[in-house]
Amino acid sequence: MTPADLAAQAANLAHQASILAQNAAGVAAVAAQNAPPAAPFVYLFSIFVLAVFVGYYVVWNVTPALHSPLMAVTNAISSVIIVGAMLATGLHGSTVAHVFGFIAVVLVSVNIFGGFAVTNRMLSMFKKK
Amino acid sequence: MNESFTSFAYLVAAVLFILALRGLSHPTTSRRGNMLGITGMVIAIFASFAHGGMTLGGSVLILLGIAIGGAIGLVVAQKIKMTALPQLVAAFHSLVGLAAVCVAASALNAPESFGIGTLHHIHLESLVEMSIGLAIGAVTFTGSLIAFAKLQALMKGTPITFPGQHQLNAGIGIAIIVLVIAFVASGGSFALFGIIALLALALGFLLIIPIGGADMPVVVSMLNSYSGWAACGIGFTIGNLALIVTGALVGSSGAILSYIMCKGMNRSIINVIAGGFGATGDAAVAGPGAGDKGVKIGSAEDAAFIMKNASKVIVVPGYGMAVAQAQHALREMGDLLKQDNVEVKYAIHPVAGRMPGHMNVLLAEASVPYDEVFELEQINNEFSTADVVYVIGANDVTNPAAKTNPASPIFGMPILEVDKAKTVLFVKRSMASGYAGVENELFFRDNTMMLFGDAKKMTEEIVQSLGH
Repeated sequence: MTPADLAAQAANLAHQASILAQNAAGVAAVAAQNAPPAAPFVYLFSIFVLAVFVGYYVVWNVTPALHSPLMAVTNAISSVIIVGAMLATGLHGSTVAHVFGFIAVVLVSVNIFGGFAVTNRMLSMFKKK
Repeated sequence: MNESFTSFAYLVAAVLFILALRGLSHPTTSRRGNMLGITGMVIAIFASFAHGGMTLGGSVLILLGIAIGGAIGLVVAQKIKMTALPQLVAAFHSLVGLAAVCVAASALNAPESFGIGTLHHIHLESLVEMSIGLAIGAVTFTGSLIAFAKLQALMKGTPITFPGQHQLNAGIGIAIIVLVIAFVASGGSFALFGIIALLALALGFLLIIPIGGADMPVVVSMLNSYSGWAACGIGFTIGNLALIVTGALVGSSGAILSYIMCKGMNRSIINVIAGGFGATGDAAVAGPGAGDKGVKIGSAEDAAFIMKNASKVIVVPGYGMAVAQAQHALREMGDLLKQDNVEVKYAIHPVAGRMPGHMNVLLAEASVPYDEVFELEQINNEFSTADVVYVIGANDVTNPAAKTNPASPIFGMPILEVDKAKTVLFVKRSMASGYAGVENELFFRDNTMMLFGDAKKMTEEIVQSLGH
């Protein structure tokens, strides 16, 4: 094999590599266009399904005597929807979005403070002999 | 701030919420659990403040909103009477529902803020998730308002039914699904969003009006579940982990509570949701006729005498105790009996009261130690060893017809077997039948003594007689 042959093969390989690289870039661009903006749905949905199972086992372990505090506290924590309301209020966007966001912040704040406070009030009453 | 850092913060919040529920497995760990829940909420809120692009003006507005809402919440939580807990929880659920609707509306108006596309060109899956959050949120909102009105007695507790009710509800349900498809295809039409919201609001109203007052424990648990699923829908829309996990926790929690309540009444959830139960009182009369049998009527002094000479008394409280606010008098009675070396225990039926665990909270409020309070399965075989059962404000949950009469509407319902005790004292205002419209044959038994009067007044009179 002459040095010229080797050079020719190297050039050929380099050409193929560049084509592959271009293809890869094309595929990546297509993938990027089709990819959802945030985390993929399947990923979020897996978390959701697992959380349902966690919820199932945790809640069956709650003693029936504390079912009222359970309702109050689940109500308080479901107010974590405030994160959505905060983004709606605090980011640049339309005024309508800000207004709805602000209303939601006020509504769930009632729940957060009221829910945790009333749960605490209930739980502090449960005493042993 | 770094996006993976905020995601991590949301994960920590979600774990803390799980631990908060875990803490409720026992009264001794429950308060620490509540603190963990509060910590989780604080972390989630701080993580949102740290979100990239948060404006200063927006942050001020958020703090203002939290201050206003928080102040209202704290005042309400301090002022509320423990007997009014069910309506408070219903009102709180309605707020979560309305908040979900508001956040969905915001996301529709400012999709860029949530990274779900541009105005009128919102991503398809985000629109599906948004409409789920919107529809469930709206149903939760009006449904909870009706539950609140019924529990607060702003509205009659009797079921409101009309012909074609279920067909109408089904029609609205189908219409919402069709409109959601059109809404998704439109890329986020404002008009369709509004119509879906209005129809879902109407559906929430229509779903709850046929359900009777005493079925409210199931309704409140069900709405608890709905508020969770609504939060989940919004969580998917904005891709927030804490919201998805929490929504799933709350959703399954409410579903389990609904199941427990239904089992406590031996009814299917479909049967409860269909409503109308207890509306036809006269058709359901079972057991021996009322007129031809006499009842034994006693006074407070008689009751005090019988209980003083007993060695074991089991108290069975029901919704009537809550209405009469008799829990404090009841605890005094228990204290006096214990001084006379009488063993006192409390038996709670799963559906006693107007929300799950309502009786336990009321007894705890009156400083009854929680280790004297027992659930149905724990105490049911102890009734045969009890000398006296003091039934206060409960009726259907003690009715032996649930075991013996297949024609009775409550047949198959698990009951507290108070009829096995030597003597049963029934505190009641009148001979009226209970919620299910069924006559209780226990009233006519030889070992039953009826104590007619207000639950609180009667118990106070017994306390006076015991004191002498």
